[in-house]
Amino acid sequence: MAGRMTVGSAALADLVRPASAPDAAGAYRTLPVLPELIGLLPNRGLRRGSTVAVGTGQPARSGGTSLLLALLAEASRAGSWCAVVGVPTLGMVAAAELGIALDRLALVPHPGPEWATVVAALIDGVDVVVIAVPGTVSATVTDRLAARARQRGSVLLPYGQWAGADVTLQVVAGAWEGLGQGRGRLRRREVTVSARGRGAAARPKEVKVWMPGDDATRVVKPVGGTRTAGSSAAWPEPVSRRTPLTLVGP
Amino acid sequence: MGGGAGETGQPAPVRTLLVWCPDWPVIAAEIVDGVPASTPVAVLHANRVLACSTAARAEGVRRGLRKREAQSRCPQLIVVDHDPGRDARAFESVVAAIEEVAAGVEVIRPGVCALAARGPARYFGGEEQAAERIVEHVAQTCLVESQIGIADGLFAAGLAARTGQIVPPGDAPKFLADLPVEALGRPPLTDLLRRLGLRTLADFAALPAGDVLARFGFDAALAHQLAAGRDHRRLAVRRPPPDLAVTETYDEPLDRVDAAAFAARALAERLHETLSGHALACTRLGIEAVTEHGQELHRVWRHDGLLSSAAIADRVRWQLDGWLSGTNRRPGAGGRVAPSRPTSGIIRLRLIPDGLLAQAGLQPGLWGETGAERDRAHRALSRVQGILGPESVLTAVLGGGRSDADRARLVPWGDERTPGRPAEPPWPGRLPPPAPAVVLAAPLPAAVYDDAGEPVTVTARLQVSAAPARLVVGTAAPVEIVGWAGPWPLDERWWAPAESRRRARFQVRLADGGALLLSLAGGQWAVEAVYD
Repeated sequence: MAGRMTVGSAALADLVRPASAPDAAGAYRTLPVLPELIGLLPNRGLRRGSTVAVGTGQPARSGGTSLLLALLAEASRAGSWCAVVGVPTLGMVAAAELGIALDRLALVPHPGPEWATVVAALIDGVDVVVIAVPGTVSATVTDRLAARARQRGSVLLPYGQWAGADVTLQVVAGAWEGLGQGRGRLRRREVTVSARGRGAAARPKEVKVWMPGDDATRVVKPVGGTRTAGSSAAWPEPVSRRTPLTLVGP
Repeated sequence: MGGGAGETGQPAPVRTLLVWCPDWPVIAAEIVDGVPASTPVAVLHANRVLACSTAARAEGVRRGLRKREAQSRCPQLIVVDHDPGRDARAFESVVAAIEEVAAGVEVIRPGVCALAARGPARYFGGEEQAAERIVEHVAQTCLVESQIGIADGLFAAGLAARTGQIVPPGDAPKFLADLPVEALGRPPLTDLLRRLGLRTLADFAALPAGDVLARFGFDAALAHQLAAGRDHRRLAVRRPPPDLAVTETYDEPLDRVDAAAFAARALAERLHETLSGHALACTRLGIEAVTEHGQELHRVWRHDGLLSSAAIADRVRWQLDGWLSGTNRRPGAGGRVAPSRPTSGIIRLRLIPDGLLAQAGLQPGLWGETGAERDRAHRALSRVQGILGPESVLTAVLGGGRSDADRARLVPWGDERTPGRPAEPPWPGRLPPPAPAVVLAAPLPAAVYDDAGEPVTVTARLQVSAAPARLVVGTAAPVEIVGWAGPWPLDERWWAPAESRRRARFQVRLADGGALLLSLAGGQWAVEAVYD
């Protein structure tokens, strides 16, 4: 009898762990993100049940959509299902280049006035739900959706103004490189992303990343170093090793 | 009938009733494609007339004429391509109509079918009455003219149908005797027989059977038997396809969604039993609901697996949920007409399986494809399809193409993921990565000026008139261009005038930090995509 019980508990060993033991990289609780963006997020990833807002870039066209795709990329590659609601212009080729699995990415380009119902239905089954916020949203709706995401263990990724997000990522500045006067082509962009939020993320952070880099985003050398972005004609050396993140802001 | 059994000891030919629809390819073209059969119409195959309408025949069009010859005899001739599938499809309704009044139909070819005459003749009180009844029923249900011939054996019945005769039992050899040898429908053989001086079937039938077999081969021996009225082939009766749709009518109208879903579960189980009884699986399922006031809601659900009865009940609930609560089908969603909210309860539910394949042929994915996560996601996405309509949830497939809008094709969720254009051949002219993150559905008209304020143009030799300096999009304030590259020419599909696109593309970097993909086509600048 005792032997049988041992066998039974051995079978459960993979599934059950003591509450005190550290969750191995938070595999069940957190969806992975690109290494460059880890430092911006309080749980070193997209914690299930949290709301991570991406603000539309303050200067227009400065990289908000790319940041959104970059946030999805690693989670999608790891097998998560993603849905994007209300972004009819999302570039699918860019998404595929960043490593998003298109067969696990569903698009609802025009959710219409029932968008909150649609998002609630998606939260039930999809790991990451991106919602382009249509204008202003009442606090009741945001609270309801955030609570639903918390309950179901999905990550809600509002794109635009969203009150009550755990973290809000915002592209502060972006500068393209590679395009001269009548020659060259757009190669990559140095993007400054700031993060502010509440709780563990209350301290504002800011990092500079290359988007897109050689095969993914790359961390830019810390500002205040020898090189300033855009001033030198030479390419920054291809950073293949992942340099540790450096906080730039206060 | 004993007379026919005579010398060879074979069973007597079956008394056969043959239904013949004259000029069937022409009639089929009218039914399927709406080509009016009362006007001169000819169906052509390999540049030869295969069938023509009565009006065309009156103008001198004959079978076997070349297209040019037929058109010279009848200039207003409408020419239709031969399509065996169309003929067969259109004939299906005729066969179904005949099956309503008589059993055991063999379809010989589209336009001709045969059945044993004995049953209908006894049931309707005589062969003539049976023939009249069948012709009338076909005319009433399908609006198709037909002729009937009854004789001993299929061959004689087919010839009798040409003239609409009923050949009395045992008279088939006499009926066939005077017919020319062309009636055999074997041109090489009849040509030979004519040169041998045999003009009628009686002449041919008079030859000794052994000599015919030895001299002309098996096919001719068979023709010899037919000519003598010894047609012993049995009818190969078709089996009507099983009706797999399940229907349930409710005396008490269902006015609550959960009640309807509960009812649908029982229906789904019945459908399941029927399908597994035939060893079939369906990949599409049509759900049809009819209310007491006669409103109907029909929608097809796609599913790349076996729909369990619970999944079917779910879909019924989603479909009815949207309908009864009046939330789905906002105008413009999916481009279909939105039915208004139902005014009464549902009295009939019908499940129609579609896209059937043998259950053994269903191959679910082994790795990654399956799993609880996938099922969860599928449920959620199907649910959204239930709210907004099937075409509102999309997934992208990358294929070939030179612009990002061409490369990504959006297909409704659950449909087959096939790319719009093959990715295989190289697509020169495609821009290297990074791809723009925002691709505008319709290019935004813009204007580009140089330093002097003149519009920037590109010559046919791809000479840019001056360096672009300012960009004006719509009514917005001008933005300074700090970097640019191009023009990169793109000349697509020049061989198809309607689809050809010729443009030059530019990448520009703006002073505010943004970067755009511009295109110039026919002197008009446009913003194609934004490197957001």
